Amino acid sequence: MHFLKLILRNTLRHKLRTGLTVLGLVVAILAFGLLRTVVDAWYAGAEGASSTRLVTRNSISLVFPLPINYQERIRRISGVTGISHASWFGGVYITEKNFFPQFAVDAKTYFELYPEYLISPGDMKAFRTDRKGCVIGRKLATTYDFKVGDTIPLRGTIYPGAWSFTVRAIYDGAEAGTDTSQFFFHWDYLNETMKKAAARRTDWVGVYVIQIADPDRAAEISTEVDAMFKNSLAETLTETEKAFQLGFVSMTEAIVVAIRIVSFVVIFIILAVMANTMAMTARERITEYATLKALGFGPRFLTGLIYGESLAISLAGALIGIALTFPVADQFSKEMGTLFPVFGVSLDTVYMQVAAAIAVGVVAAVLPAIRVARVPIVEGLRSIG
Amino acid sequence: MNPLPPAIIEIRHLTKSYRRGDQIVPVLTNISFDIRSGEFIALMGPSGSGKSTLLNLIAGIDKPDSGSLRVNGIDIATLSEGELADWRAANVGFIFQFYNLMPVLTAFENVELPLLLTRLPRNQRRERVEMALAMVGLTDRMEHYPSELSGGQQQRVAIARAFITDPVLLVADEPTGDLDRVSADDILAMLARLNSEMGKTIIMVTHDPHAARSAHLIRHLDKGELDVPLEH
Repeated sequence: MHFLKLILRNTLRHKLRTGLTVLGLVVAILAFGLLRTVVDAWYAGAEGASSTRLVTRNSISLVFPLPINYQERIRRISGVTGISHASWFGGVYITEKNFFPQFAVDAKTYFELYPEYLISPGDMKAFRTDRKGCVIGRKLATTYDFKVGDTIPLRGTIYPGAWSFTVRAIYDGAEAGTDTSQFFFHWDYLNETMKKAAARRTDWVGVYVIQIADPDRAAEISTEVDAMFKNSLAETLTETEKAFQLGFVSMTEAIVVAIRIVSFVVIFIILAVMANTMAMTARERITEYATLKALGFGPRFLTGLIYGESLAISLAGALIGIALTFPVADQFSKEMGTLFPVFGVSLDTVYMQVAAAIAVGVVAAVLPAIRVARVPIVEGLRSIG
Repeated sequence: MNPLPPAIIEIRHLTKSYRRGDQIVPVLTNISFDIRSGEFIALMGPSGSGKSTLLNLIAGIDKPDSGSLRVNGIDIATLSEGELADWRAANVGFIFQFYNLMPVLTAFENVELPLLLTRLPRNQRRERVEMALAMVGLTDRMEHYPSELSGGQQQRVAIARAFITDPVLLVADEPTGDLDRVSADDILAMLARLNSEMGKTIIMVTHDPHAARSAHLIRHLDKGELDVPLEH
């Protein structure tokens, strides 16, 4: 009890210094948490991927499509329990700034493969029966205040022209990590429109999504699919949905690595600040520590005081920093709109913030603790002047 | 005629030197003398004469280069750091020139500090601390922090802290060096009472001849050597 009392009172001894150090820690822990959340958001697609879904794309590049007639041939492969397709639309809603992903999908089959998109049967029926209808995610609806029945105009870029869609359903995510920032509409509508505008661009799809019964057979089925279209007009590359998503992340890996490095640099900087605070503190109190030693208190008690004070400061900073991470992340997510479809502070991030704070507290106290444990009593007492 | 009390401290051929750069500076040279139980000794001498070093060696906060230093039959020069810490906690009470109180603890808590190293339960600790503070006349200042006390009051808290564990030996390094004459006399009277009424053996380092006169015996150190004792 006395030990804790001494730690607490020592911590509050120089209120300004402790306050500024805690403030620095709050900013560092908050920045660390936000940067880790950005990294998590980058990987959210891959994390939310299903192990029973494969994605087949053109082996040359994702920008080249695949013929629609591949669908029935793939469906016949043993182990395939479902197949659908999606095509990147790339339309602009009012201005380029309002980015959100849009896909032309097979309305009959696509949502059967994505049970994590929760849509009421009535809304689903309304979507399927309206060729110009669309399904949008909850986050997208919230960001732009879209409601069922609203018309969403899009300016085509890959598929030129002015397009117009009616919101027929808004889907929710089954889990917190489900992407609800997407926009889906009928591939049939796209295909028929293209028949009139550019006939040679009809009957093509962007990717096939394949449902398999056994995740352990993913590699075998992928190989079989790709072998089926070997030496054809459009050779395929099939991989798990997770690998497909990670492929996107790898395109921007340098940014992710940079964010990760910066997140640790922030912690390193605050470690230096904290170590300086603790070094100053121990140097100022060297006579007190020498007096305690003279009275019979051992090095373990003294180093405990230093470690305790250091941890008290770092954990106070961590506590406030973590508490602030949630509202700041929410605000950040709102500001970013649909750029980060899934943006939430994970429990792992909180654990890492706590671990970083503990590491800062412990490491900052190491040198002062060693100095105090080693300083001869006579030398410590002499420093009184 | 009463027989002389036994020697509580036996110092034999004690030598201590310090390293200053490449040079070795001798501080104490072949010191030998005894201190008897219940004695009140003043160590005097010019600056650098080695009196504080000798006090530090006797108190077990420094180690000699050679020689033996037996306190109550234990050669403390041979004890390890941990053993010395335990020995100090049980046998020595410290009084410093600048009081050396913990500024974040109240007078009560400062006096209680050495008792935290004992197995005394909280209520007994409280009893003893209250008694010690009453003895030094600070019952009404128990909850005050050192910064709220005068120099004389702080030194009285330090004295209470020094004798709270009932040590055999009290060591005082210039205990009146930072005090005005009235407060100094007050502190010296308190030390004299601890010696005469509680039988504490006291070794005091001082520059002040007036303070030294409170002691039974004055020993002068000069250039690391001890002169002939003067009794009064």
